[in-house]
Amino acid sequence: MATSFAGVPIFDYEALASILFFIGLAGAVARRNPLVMLMSIELMFNAANLAFIVFARAWLNNAGQIFAFLVITVAAAEAAIALAIVVVVFRSAPQVDVDDVRVLHG
Amino acid sequence: MIPFWIIAVVLIVSALWTVTARKPIYSVVSLLLNFAALATTYLILHAEFLAVMQIIVYSGAILMLFVFVIALLNSGIAPIVLGRDRVPVAPAAAAALAAIAFVATAIAAAHAPAIVPIASHSPLGAVGRGNVFGSIGDFGQALFLSRLLPFEITALILMVAVVGVVLLAGDLTPYVPTRRRAEQSRRALREAILREGK
Repeated sequence: MATSFAGVPIFDYEALASILFFIGLAGAVARRNPLVMLMSIELMFNAANLAFIVFARAWLNNAGQIFAFLVITVAAAEAAIALAIVVVVFRSAPQVDVDDVRVLHG
Repeated sequence: MIPFWIIAVVLIVSALWTVTARKPIYSVVSLLLNFAALATTYLILHAEFLAVMQIIVYSGAILMLFVFVIALLNSGIAPIVLGRDRVPVAPAAAAALAAIAFVATAIAAAHAPAIVPIASHSPLGAVGRGNVFGSIGDFGQALFLSRLLPFEITALILMVAVVGVVLLAGDLTPYVPTRRRAEQSRRALREAILREGK
């Protein structure tokens, strides 16, 4: 199973990662549902992780894997805080537009 | 070669479904499919520990959080209705950027080494052997010996996140033991909120 993937060139993996990243970017920019926007951001995190792991495999250096691990933990923290903000904003007023949430501008 | 293309198609289709689904819960389901396919890819690329983490942290924790929030926001009150999505100019711009990124990765990949097979490994890598790339022993040694400081900083980030979530969404009313006193404090809180609103 592993050897069949060894024949895949690194460009194909990187192209896959960039496609996933830009699907996520398009979703985060175009959608208005805050939950779907957050899920698109998760897609972008995962595309970056895939790139890290592919390069770690290509150079046989596990620094990329360590970095992907740190990205996973930071993504978990980000999802928790972002969902808390969504709950706070949309529990009180469910009809709020995401463009109108300007409380965090400071 | 062929399994890679199957997984690539699954990844792209599920990502597109995530972005275009009408209901957020459908997005969660397709994102679950995406994460599972991605974990398979990690396993193939000899990142065993990260494949397990992908399933446990992403599919287990983060997606469950999304499901809970969807259930919380949709129960009792109207679902989030936000009008139309933004004009498709933005996805078009993103597609143009994607084309640029394709060229950039092609240039980068021309200088990258080809992915060579590792000399000795079982089909799923070598679990627990510290000297083989990608095994859990190798990963753990790197994480706890040479990269301990980033790991500790991660712990700090998670603690800050926990404190922030509790401060943001936590119930800050003091705990009251009996039902009657709970009703009293809830009424006092409601009156305080109404007073501040005026």
